[in-house]
Amino acid sequence: MYQFIYDLTGNMIISTLVVAVFPLVNVLLVALIGVYLERKVSAWMQDRVGPNRTGPYGLFQTVADFVKMMQKEDAVSNEVDKKLYNIAPVLVFAGSFAAYAAIPFSSKLIGSEAEVGIFYVIAISSLVVAGILMAGWSSNNKYSLLGAMRSAAQIVSYEIPTALVVLSMVMLTGTLSLSKMSEMQTAYFWNWNIFGGAAFALNKFLLIPFMLVGFIIVFISTLAEVNRTPFDIPEAESELVAGYFTEYCGMKWAMFMLSEYGNMFAVSAIVSILFFGGYQSPIGYLGNTIGATWLIPYEQAFWFVAKGWFFILVQMWLRWTLPRLRVDQLMAVCWKYLIPYAFLNLIIIGIISLL
Amino acid sequence: MKQYLKNTWLGIWTVLVGMRITFKHLFKPAVTIQYPEVKLTLPERERNRLYVNIDDCIGCDQCARACPVSCINVETTKSIPGEDLGTTSNGKKKALWVTNFTIDFAKCCYCQLCVFPCPTECIYMTDVFEFSEYKRSNLLYKFSVFTEEEAVQKKLNFEKFQAEKEAQKAAAAAAPKPAAAEPKTEEKKSE
Repeated sequence: MYQFIYDLTGNMIISTLVVAVFPLVNVLLVALIGVYLERKVSAWMQDRVGPNRTGPYGLFQTVADFVKMMQKEDAVSNEVDKKLYNIAPVLVFAGSFAAYAAIPFSSKLIGSEAEVGIFYVIAISSLVVAGILMAGWSSNNKYSLLGAMRSAAQIVSYEIPTALVVLSMVMLTGTLSLSKMSEMQTAYFWNWNIFGGAAFALNKFLLIPFMLVGFIIVFISTLAEVNRTPFDIPEAESELVAGYFTEYCGMKWAMFMLSEYGNMFAVSAIVSILFFGGYQSPIGYLGNTIGATWLIPYEQAFWFVAKGWFFILVQMWLRWTLPRLRVDQLMAVCWKYLIPYAFLNLIIIGIISLL
Repeated sequence: MKQYLKNTWLGIWTVLVGMRITFKHLFKPAVTIQYPEVKLTLPERERNRLYVNIDDCIGCDQCARACPVSCINVETTKSIPGEDLGTTSNGKKKALWVTNFTIDFAKCCYCQLCVFPCPTECIYMTDVFEFSEYKRSNLLYKFSVFTEEEAVQKKLNFEKFQAEKEAQKAAAAAAPKPAAAEPKTEEKKSE
């Protein structure tokens, strides 16, 4: 991305700033629009109206919320472990934000074209668990601690099916780099991994059902990793107040919220890169048709963001459809169902890709 | 093994069924009624804030007596002969000045018992139900058109008339049949 911006502007400072700020702006926008959409989607699904007082169609609701949050006093109770309590939200946000470094928004807009992109993303998002545990334990509140414990158990368990499916995709594509993975699924939508990848052979058609299974597994387990309903037992508003961030308020609380929405987009991005062609357009590029190749990176960015939002909307859809899982059910889904299926899927995909 | 596969299938299938239901509801119009802008039509026999059409009130005090919580206060003064009080809308002749008519809605229990005894149907329920106030004293509604001075004046008039009548009676007892109309004309002038 740095080179791309540098070629555009010819200024080192500006390009460095843009590279640094671009993902942050994306996270903020996702949170801003995401919270609004969350409310609206939930309202529509429950035959309600949703926010409609602040601005046209309640569009400024999240802005108003943000202003409110900025004004709030940063209340810290006496009994908390101050150091850890203050570091925790930063750590959680850093964990979810750092994943954006390796996510390719388009062939040009990518923070780091690291060869180990997907590995890095999985590793760095584990930092969130540490932050959540820290927040829960330092709050000196039983609800927070319960939430943090559940969250740690949940995130650590669900990383296994995610990693197994990612592994099978790595076996198929032969690369860990997210940008290369997206590049391989170029041109039209039938070249996406969910439809068996770009190579036209018998393999492609054999792979399709197993890709579908892989997609379902990875979608469910990433949903659990970002603590969204139906896997939101770490927060569980109705039983644990707000789970591990019960004791937080104001901007610290906002950091947790921001990281949740940042995570949602990051996870959607990973799913779309693994199975749905990443930044590749499903119907070919306008830039190629009219001969303006400079347009292609922007089109790719559009498709990438569109796919990310599509999966965020599916996540919301699931949230307002399903009730919360009990702890034992949650563990059963992971260990008894997702992991065996993911293993089987891994083996079968391995055999097919050897053919 | 069979049970295991069945569970898997059931899990996926039930989620899809649920998702179909919520997706359908996504496009259903909201059932919310945007209250301050849109109001539901109230039932026919709703009981809300009372209103007194004071022009029709004959000051019979029946509503005040019917009230179980004594929130209606009616004060009347007798008119003196020659004062024209007009008639009510259903043709009854008014005989009393209604110098004070207040209803304390802080006390009112909206039982509607005051409405039925009214002979001129001048006290009735309206459809106004949003009249909360910050001060309880603001809920004391005054329906009579008299100011306090006017009410006192009416009272004094009547007392004066009464006193003159007494005096006349005494005079008549002393010397029979002097001009009986004399004080009346005076009253008219003062009016």
